[in-house]
Amino acid sequence: MAGDHPGRPISRPDVVHVAHLARLELSDEEIDLFTGQLAAVLEHAADIAALDTDGVPPTSHPLPVRNVLREDVVVAGLQRDEVLAQAPAPEDNRFRVPRILGESP
Amino acid sequence: MSRRRALDTAAAVRAGELSAIEVLEEHLGAIEAAEGDVHAFNLVLADAARARAEEIDRQVAAGSDPGPLAGVPVALKDNLCTRGVATTCSSRILEGWVPPYDATVVERLRRAGAVVVGKTNLDEFAMGSSTENSAFGPTRNPLDLSLVPGGSSGGSAAAVAAGFATLGLGSDTGGSIRQPAALCGVVGAKPTYGLVSRYGLVAFASSLDQIGPFAVDVPDAAALLEVIAGHDPRDSTSLNAPAPSMLDGLSMGVDGLRVGVVSEMLEGVEPAAAAAVQDAAEALARVGARPDKASVPAAIYGLSAYYLIAPAEASSNLARYDGVRYGLRVDAPDVTAMFARTRAAGFGAEVKRRIMLGTYALSAGYYDAYYGRAQRVRTLIIRDFEEAYRSFDVLLAPTTPGPAFPLGAKVDDPLAMYMNDICTIPSNLAGHPAISVPWQAPGASLPVGVQVLAPALGEPVMFRVAAAIEALAPPRPEQGAGR
Repeated sequence: MAGDHPGRPISRPDVVHVAHLARLELSDEEIDLFTGQLAAVLEHAADIAALDTDGVPPTSHPLPVRNVLREDVVVAGLQRDEVLAQAPAPEDNRFRVPRILGESP
Repeated sequence: MSRRRALDTAAAVRAGELSAIEVLEEHLGAIEAAEGDVHAFNLVLADAARARAEEIDRQVAAGSDPGPLAGVPVALKDNLCTRGVATTCSSRILEGWVPPYDATVVERLRRAGAVVVGKTNLDEFAMGSSTENSAFGPTRNPLDLSLVPGGSSGGSAAAVAAGFATLGLGSDTGGSIRQPAALCGVVGAKPTYGLVSRYGLVAFASSLDQIGPFAVDVPDAAALLEVIAGHDPRDSTSLNAPAPSMLDGLSMGVDGLRVGVVSEMLEGVEPAAAAAVQDAAEALARVGARPDKASVPAAIYGLSAYYLIAPAEASSNLARYDGVRYGLRVDAPDVTAMFARTRAAGFGAEVKRRIMLGTYALSAGYYDAYYGRAQRVRTLIIRDFEEAYRSFDVLLAPTTPGPAFPLGAKVDDPLAMYMNDICTIPSNLAGHPAISVPWQAPGASLPVGVQVLAPALGEPVMFRVAAAIEALAPPRPEQGAGR
């Protein structure tokens, strides 16, 4: 997709690619629906493309935030058992997940 | 029953003239009578609330002071974490999750003597303007059950409008407190960014989200904000400065205050919404304020900027729902498929749409054109507000383009739904406070909201003007819960 530009409306293959990036397994119907709906929202958003923003700095945050550090003192964290009790598949005080990469099962 | 006010209730409970349990039972009775129609709550905490109210009554009897909200029933939006009590964000992906900690605002409410009556419905993960995007079904507007309550904090707005709670807490990312307040005929305020800790608020768009109050009137909204405002080391974006007093200015009147009516926000809204703002400005002039036309030219680009910035932040924040540590998991042979199937099954259509939009806006080749440009537009909006506040103490605008609309009217047209937020979004982008005050013209069947906008930490003057508007508004017909 690199090198593409927003002059072209979002396409069905774009939506399939973005769904993979977002780790969403979409149905064919959802892909069709979102292709049209995202195109409509992005077309509306094209009005800001006409604005002259040369030399305007971006705002990522409403406050002039910097790194906020706290004193290096020990404070109580969350209770391990309470946290693990919320996991779908806890095992030996860890979170069990299906296999990653090409490991054998 | 006549509607109780938080300040009156707390004063009477602290003085031992009224019991917290009596106040609570009135509200639980209202819930019993009408919650089946309204569906404001995901969870009613009747037993815990009764135990809490009795504890407060014991404290008073023992001569101790439970705090400034003693015995006041409060409804919490179900994206605020409550230790030991399910917090769902109205999403299947969090169904059954029980947070191991309380949000800071929940701790502060408890210290102030409030009684939590339940967790309220919302558009899933606070994404929506009608509370129809809930995995647990829509909330209906207590003023007319065929209409939406607005959203995303529609459950808290409806709970206060229906008398299920005296106060409510919501979160406002693009208008999610002010818009439902306007549609349900109650007061709702979004504070200055950083004034209220976001610790324990499930994140949607972190540079925009703020927790704020719902109330029946302006002084009660100010009282609730006073309790929840203030620095919190657990939120790194929390303002490290003393919070201004919210209540001190309420009775000062508006003599000499410069009130700017934002021209751009009167265009494209329904006549009733624009007329309410004009009528409010004229009424303020009669009591000494100096209204005039104001301009925030870049505000018209707020909607476009917001619907790139908020989904971009959401796509990042919601990456955490992956079936590993909490909530739903749909099993699959490998971990990538497990993520994708869990998220496909757990998220509703609007959440998927926003994640897709945000991922696209941040993806290679599009970042500068969409997200980067939207951030520059955000700067332009902030500059235009700064310019306007050189001439005015506060600004006035409609809260929404019109009054409450029927269920189903906009749910299939995302862009039409997004237009609800056109007058509320600029304050979120700028990090400024704004409040919606109900205004119902004589003969009109529904209220709209008059919005008072103020610069950062301008809450005292914002509440002053809002209180004046409330006092000047035409008398409204008394509403019963659920009709």
